Amino acid sequence: MSTDLPASARPAPVIFYNDPRVRSIAYQVALCAVVAFLVYGAASNAIENLARARIASGFGFWDQIAGFDISQTLIEYSSRGSTYGRAFWVGLLNTLLVAGIGIVFATILGFAIGISRLSSNWLLAKVAGCYVELIRNLPLLLQLLFWYNAVLKTLPDIRDSISIGWGIFLNNRGLFLPTPIFKHGFGGAEIALFVGIAGGVAYRIWARRQQERTGRQAPVLWVTLALVIGLPLATFIVSGAPLSFEFPQAGRFNITGGSEVLPEFVALLFGLSVYTAAFIAEVVRAGILAVSRGQTEAAFSLGLRPGPTLRLIVVPQAMRVIIPPLTSQYLNLTKNSSLAVAIGYPDLVQVFTGTVLNQTGQAVEVVAITMLVYLVISLVTSLLMNVYNSRMALRER
Amino acid sequence: MTMAEGDLAVAELAFVRHSTIAPRPAPATMTGARGWLRKNLLSSPFNIALTILISLLLAWAIPEIVKFLFIDAVWTGTDRDACLESVQHREIGACWPFVWERLPYFIYGSYPISERWRVDLFFVMLAVGIVWLLWLNAPRRDLGAIYFFLILPVTSFILLTGWSAIGLRPVDTVLWGGVLVTIVVAAVGIVCSLPLGILLALGRRSRMPTVRVLSVIFIEFVRGVPLVTVLFMASVMLPLFIPEQWSPDKLVRALVGIALFASAYMAEVVRAGLQAIPKGQYEGAMAVGLRYWQMMRLVVLPQALKVTIPNIVNTYIGLFKDTTLVFIVGIFDLLRTIEVSRIDPKWATPVTSTTGYAVAAIFYLVFCYGMSRYARATEARLTKGDRR
Repeated sequence: MSTDLPASARPAPVIFYNDPRVRSIAYQVALCAVVAFLVYGAASNAIENLARARIASGFGFWDQIAGFDISQTLIEYSSRGSTYGRAFWVGLLNTLLVAGIGIVFATILGFAIGISRLSSNWLLAKVAGCYVELIRNLPLLLQLLFWYNAVLKTLPDIRDSISIGWGIFLNNRGLFLPTPIFKHGFGGAEIALFVGIAGGVAYRIWARRQQERTGRQAPVLWVTLALVIGLPLATFIVSGAPLSFEFPQAGRFNITGGSEVLPEFVALLFGLSVYTAAFIAEVVRAGILAVSRGQTEAAFSLGLRPGPTLRLIVVPQAMRVIIPPLTSQYLNLTKNSSLAVAIGYPDLVQVFTGTVLNQTGQAVEVVAITMLVYLVISLVTSLLMNVYNSRMALRER
Repeated sequence: MTMAEGDLAVAELAFVRHSTIAPRPAPATMTGARGWLRKNLLSSPFNIALTILISLLLAWAIPEIVKFLFIDAVWTGTDRDACLESVQHREIGACWPFVWERLPYFIYGSYPISERWRVDLFFVMLAVGIVWLLWLNAPRRDLGAIYFFLILPVTSFILLTGWSAIGLRPVDTVLWGGVLVTIVVAAVGIVCSLPLGILLALGRRSRMPTVRVLSVIFIEFVRGVPLVTVLFMASVMLPLFIPEQWSPDKLVRALVGIALFASAYMAEVVRAGLQAIPKGQYEGAMAVGLRYWQMMRLVVLPQALKVTIPNIVNTYIGLFKDTTLVFIVGIFDLLRTIEVSRIDPKWATPVTSTTGYAVAAIFYLVFCYGMSRYARATEARLTKGDRR
């Protein structure tokens, strides 16, 4: 058919270099070539530079004896007998410890402050607003250094330890807490706790079914509290309170007994929680404001009191808006825990990218492993949060 | 009895008001200062308790801070004795003479004293550029952009590093420090991250699979790791990947790290802006026959960047705070100069650290708060058209 048309009406054949498909392929080939060239150049330079500096390559260092001490170890570790690989795990666990506890604290504090900013109490709202503005506009590193050097390091020394009560001491060497000692028979209380939790969950499910069927509300909170706290407590008392505490004893030069929490850990935990809480507060505030006012008004007009309105109407809807940015704040906190290196808390970066890198000189391997760990943590967290998010998401038709 | 008579009888008995009553003022407890207090501070027992608690907290904290910064502060002195409780026999607050003496170090680092006018000139040029760009009624803002993104970087590079041919003594970057380094790192990050971020964002939305995959890998990789490790990579791995004779100095390495890190975050911010542009804008631009880059430059990016300005500024605030991390790879930014000075035996006292950190806090607070105010004002200005 096209052959019937006069030559002038036929679209001129596209010159090959103007064909978008050819162009796209050409651009991509060029880009790949540039990237390949850069990678090749970097690799060959690295091989040459490493050979000149006589630095070994490969992961052989993993099984060598580390020979340095770490001030906080959650798993068994000794400078003489443990390998670099073991040091890596110690550092990683320390990172996860501070990040995990930090996330809990930051969430509690952040939700409290975010809700406070919307409080009808003018003073509370203003104080919460000032907190957010102040904390968000100061670098985290500055805050960490402040807590560590200006607050914790200027605490009195061991001889004049501040006694907080219940055998807790605070001084410039850290926080000293009583250690619980579990005696024979404590297992009963533990089993009771698990039974209580299982019972509580079962009761909640039953209560919800019953409410759906009959509309009658069961006293879920009290029954759950009785099961989760009361049952283990009763078992504990019946079995003769098989628990004692080893209290720290303040001596002239040292505190013996009890467990010690490093000042670095306290400073890092405190700094991270306070800093991230300010961001979480903004996330929470934005989430609550995203729920339209009509929802609250409708709940009030149904006769719900402010408490249940918040719990049953506002929060479930706000959570949908809150969760995605909350996830990235959790990830930020985890990544920010790498600032531990500035105050000497033995986290992954301080132990591995600091000491191990200095001792072995194998920069490429060490930095690559460290980055990989953070990448995995990031990916796993966002995966878990995405699962949760999809469960919370609005069911649309 | 007729209807009219009956009505009259009722009317005589009933009270009918023929004029309106003058409005009475609202109860005194609901208006004015008392009403405000009742509504905003004392509305329920719980709120009363909260108000009392916070008032007590503030009544304790604010005097403490004022006392430390002003009342008990030491204003003159030549060394640590002026700020030592054991020497002065009184309660000691902030140690300001330490700051006065160290202020040049906090600003210039170890930059040669005879050459410090160059740093001052750089600060002035930068301030001119920022005002030119941000002040909306400034004349010829297009020239301002050229000045800020092209002329300023080149001239300040020559000015700060020196060029013997025009009589400027070369100054090694090892000597740079303090506010100078903080500003240089932040400025390089700000100037580089926007164009790089735009390229990466466009790459991530590109139809070419290779471009998209490479952009996604870069962005997600950088965003998944902490800045500290990126800086470590830049400072210990980068020299390995480059022929020895070209090995960049420490500051440049950190700048590369910061710029790459910031551009990955900027890419996500720009991408959000690009996604907010309706598809019709793209299609319209293509229908008028614009090519890809023309479409982006003339139609899409101006709109996308406009809606995302507040987020861009927020990223810049984050970047400005993150410049402190170059501290960890051994560069003397403001925080590190303070950190070094506070343990100097000449001034080491229990209050020196807090004084130094207070100075840093004021510096960062002023800059970051200023930026966030600007972002908020821009947001208000941009959404003015959408308000009904």
